[in-house]
Amino acid sequence: MARYVANRLAQAIMLLVIVSAIGFAILHLAPGGPLSQFAVSGQMTQEDLDRVTRQLGLDRPLPIQYLDWFGRMLKGDWGKSYRDGEAVLSVISSHLGATLELMATATIIAVLLGCWIGILGALRRYSVFDTLATVGAMIALSIPTFWFGLVTIYVFSVKLGWLPAGNRQTVGDGSFLDLLHHLIAPAMVLALVETAMWGRFMRSSMLEVINQDYIRTARAKGLPEWRILTVHGLRNALLPMITVAGLQFPTLLGGALVAETVFTWPGMGRLFLDSIGYRDYPVVMGILMFSATMVLIGSLLADILYAVVDPRIRVG
Amino acid sequence: MATVALSTVQRTPGQAAWRRFCRHRLALAGAMIILVLVLGSALGPYFLPFDDTYIDIMKRFAPPLSGAHILGTDELGRDVLARLMMGGRVSLSIGIVAMVMAMAVGIVVGAFAGFYGGAVGAVLMRLVDAVLCFPTIFLLLALAALTEPGLVTTTVLIAATAWMAVARVVEAQVRSLREREFAVAALAFGSSNLRIMFRELVPNAIAPIVVAATLNVAKAILLESYVSYLGFGIQPPAASWGNMLNNAQIYLTSAPWLAIVPGVAITLAVTSFNFLGDGLRDALDPRMNIP
Repeated sequence: MARYVANRLAQAIMLLVIVSAIGFAILHLAPGGPLSQFAVSGQMTQEDLDRVTRQLGLDRPLPIQYLDWFGRMLKGDWGKSYRDGEAVLSVISSHLGATLELMATATIIAVLLGCWIGILGALRRYSVFDTLATVGAMIALSIPTFWFGLVTIYVFSVKLGWLPAGNRQTVGDGSFLDLLHHLIAPAMVLALVETAMWGRFMRSSMLEVINQDYIRTARAKGLPEWRILTVHGLRNALLPMITVAGLQFPTLLGGALVAETVFTWPGMGRLFLDSIGYRDYPVVMGILMFSATMVLIGSLLADILYAVVDPRIRVG
Repeated sequence: MATVALSTVQRTPGQAAWRRFCRHRLALAGAMIILVLVLGSALGPYFLPFDDTYIDIMKRFAPPLSGAHILGTDELGRDVLARLMMGGRVSLSIGIVAMVMAMAVGIVVGAFAGFYGGAVGAVLMRLVDAVLCFPTIFLLLALAALTEPGLVTTTVLIAATAWMAVARVVEAQVRSLREREFAVAALAFGSSNLRIMFRELVPNAIAPIVVAATLNVAKAILLESYVSYLGFGIQPPAASWGNMLNNAQIYLTSAPWLAIVPGVAITLAVTSFNFLGDGLRDALDPRMNIP
């Protein structure tokens, strides 16, 4: 086990280095590169720019600059926002809560609903329910999230007036019920794609398990059907879902960005788009690196957790 | 010549695949819808009396079916159907061209990684893993923000964020095909590595590649709609299905058709390509040969 974890950890660190190199390359793609904030103002002469270049160490060879930049990232110095001079990491962390709230709610909806649909579909394979669920999942995966958000706003806010059209809370109100009221629509929209994914994976995992020999053995022993399905079937079918959670993470983050935009949800995705609008490159880069690192850690945790609950994995 | 009457009908693998495909009704429906969308976008504008960029401020917000404008007009009085068709040209072309570019990169990276394995393969596939760490929309928007928006940039950027899945598929295929007799035979004939890769191995992996390509078109159309909706893709006055939705949210209360019409077109196109890919997977993969 220790060897597996160490192995997986080494892989993750190597990936982090490549991820950071990609991030660094994108940073230098920016018009004017890291100097753009000074070039934009137009008040600096070429001499000033050259001086700043030297001061910031931008005249050094790229690999050295990269190591320097990477070292500062590791120490938590992610630069300052062009907009208000606040440290990038603290800007991100102040928006992270709203995003995590949205993602967690959507995930809970998606896991419960998706697993239920998937299990039922597998048990009644090719039934009307299963067919509808399969076709429905494919359509759900094809609907642009933002458009589904617009339709949701139109139906539930404009026509029915049941739900607010955006924001995290009513100004001046901040009660739990008010927060919940605002959370429903964006969480629902974000959960759509997730539910479809979870349903599909759960269905195939359950199908694989219920065709195993040990299920036949359980039947032969005369165990009651519910016990076979839950204790023997479901317990095993749920294990690979840990990997799905890890795999789904980038999609979930991307979906959150879109849902936040449509519902003016004050999270990290919204911050990302605003920062792009302001050409606030340090924050844009910070969020890009932050989300990639989160994805990396997510898949690492999923792999380790899977190995903990399913010892068969460690051998491979 | 004595002929033996056989009770079974002999079919080439191609015919068998075609029959399996035709049995997949949703894939057939998808193919039809794609055909309608492509023909409608390509030829439709020639039959319409309206230009997609013609502004008629007197006829703003005409609802669908209320007069000459079948799908109504937008906030500048432009005909929505004309914009939908011209937007379809842009969105569908981006979907196809970005797919071709993503396939090219993905096939080359996957073939090299799968064929050489070892250090080369490890480095290339770790690169794929690393790019996959970035949530696609974040990466796409960050790159779009750093470049001049437009048709070419949008297409290239979508391809740049969509080639990894193909590379994984091709790598796995090439890695396993490399050990097969025909590949070893080609090596014994003295074929060059490049020739073995692209004339022997990749063509034998064509089935999963075609499936991946179809799903890739769906993904590219979806991504175009995201970036254009957010304002970093196709720029007005040119229409795309994504940027038609750009202003739709403001007029959601008064002119809901502006939001509904392009969204339905996107969903229809993406769903169709996804079902087509699904059907092709069933048709081209004989191991899935279930009635």
